Amino acid sequence: MDDIKEKIVGILQDVTGLDNVGQDADQDLFKDGVLDSMATVEVLVTLQDDFGIQVPVSEFDRSQWSTVNKIAQRVQELE
Amino acid sequence: MNNITPYSSPHYFIYLMLLLLPIMIGLWFGKRFRVYDFIATVIILIITFFGGNMSQGISLIFYVLYEMLLVFTYLSYRKKHNNFWIFTSYVVLAIIPLVFVKLDPLLKNQTISLFAFLGISYLTFKAVEIIMEIRDGVIKDIKPYEFVRFLLFFPTISSGPIDRFRRFQKDVMNVPSRDEYVELLHSGVNKLMQGLLYKFIIGYFFGTLLLPKIQILTLSYKGQTPLGLSWALVAYMYVYSMYLFFDFAGYSLFAVAISNFMGVKTPMNFRAPFKSHNIKDFWNRWHITLSFWFRDFIYMRLMFTVIKHKWLKNRVTIANVGYITLFLIMGFWHGETWYYIVYGIFHACAMITNDAWLRYKKKHRKQIPSNKFTEAFAIFLTFNVVCFSFMIFSGILNKLWFV
Repeated sequence: MDDIKEKIVGILQDVTGLDNVGQDADQDLFKDGVLDSMATVEVLVTLQDDFGIQVPVSEFDRSQWSTVNKIAQRVQELE
Repeated sequence: MNNITPYSSPHYFIYLMLLLLPIMIGLWFGKRFRVYDFIATVIILIITFFGGNMSQGISLIFYVLYEMLLVFTYLSYRKKHNNFWIFTSYVVLAIIPLVFVKLDPLLKNQTISLFAFLGISYLTFKAVEIIMEIRDGVIKDIKPYEFVRFLLFFPTISSGPIDRFRRFQKDVMNVPSRDEYVELLHSGVNKLMQGLLYKFIIGYFFGTLLLPKIQILTLSYKGQTPLGLSWALVAYMYVYSMYLFFDFAGYSLFAVAISNFMGVKTPMNFRAPFKSHNIKDFWNRWHITLSFWFRDFIYMRLMFTVIKHKWLKNRVTIANVGYITLFLIMGFWHGETWYYIVYGIFHACAMITNDAWLRYKKKHRKQIPSNKFTEAFAIFLTFNVVCFSFMIFSGILNKLWFV
């Protein structure tokens, strides 16, 4: 699980260009404006490539994917 | 008797309240009367679409049958196959009636306008959402009556807010507890009162009392000054913007309030849009359910396809192409006139500029001050950009220059 989280934080940092993203694994990424639609899609595509999972856009319920912890949870379920 | 536009007159509210009463009493005692809900829907639809000229109502019936045919043949197809082109054809077929209706002013064809009825756009958004989510596999099963109930949910039938099937379904399958229902009634009454203030007092003041006078004044400069520009046009811009907001936000509040009375938490359509800090923020606050529909079903899907197939490399280019596509579609959706298209392009440019500024700001965070004053300036600037876009949208320039 910690592996997954580390990878996710790496992806978020690459996409947003912010070094401090993911320090708080419960930070709401949408509310705090870290992820806009474009960044969200980039994160989704990267998650698909890196973890080999399929996440359709409409499955992407913002409330279920809003923090590093939640993303990790969903990735683990879908892996 | 004539067709009554939803929420437009005291009559409508009286009929509505009488029809709602049994539903509300039922929910108070923890019951949903499904048969009665259906009857009430039919009565309201008759009042709205069959009051005078029946052509709207007949169009509605044919439209619903047509979309049903599409959704259910696609559902049965999707259980076995998943071809991209079949999916695309279904989406195109689902949109065709709307495209015809929108082309109508351009073609001036009497037979085409027969397809039209109040709210066809909003029903189309819902039908397309369902087809897209069936393709994604998140809607695995849907019954004909569930589809019709979602499509014809009368509080939102004429102009939204645009709900989502799975969210809506959760609400209608559930009977709220007494406490939850009291809460819903409370919020419903508040919204109803706020809606009355917005639509019938403030909206009336700007739209019915002020706007026609200012329009006459604005048009009196036609041919008198370069391009007919005047201070009256500036006044028109602000008055029209206020009217647009209060009228539409008021209507949306009614739709949400009536939904709440029926135990459905229809999403809100406006969140203090004139307090937006930038244009992106504005689209998260203005006609929210429409802009989120466009975001989820057009913009994000387009981005996803472009990035996945690596059609374009540069992320700035990808985002900008996305904005232009999205806002052009939105412009065309509003209607086939030059000022709706220009309105779309204007907003695409505003989004692109906004993104560029945000990138610049990110790089020069230390040099750019950020305080109460800059915040106020950002709100002021966004407000004016938005009002200017509404002035384009209003079509006043068309009257001033071409008609």
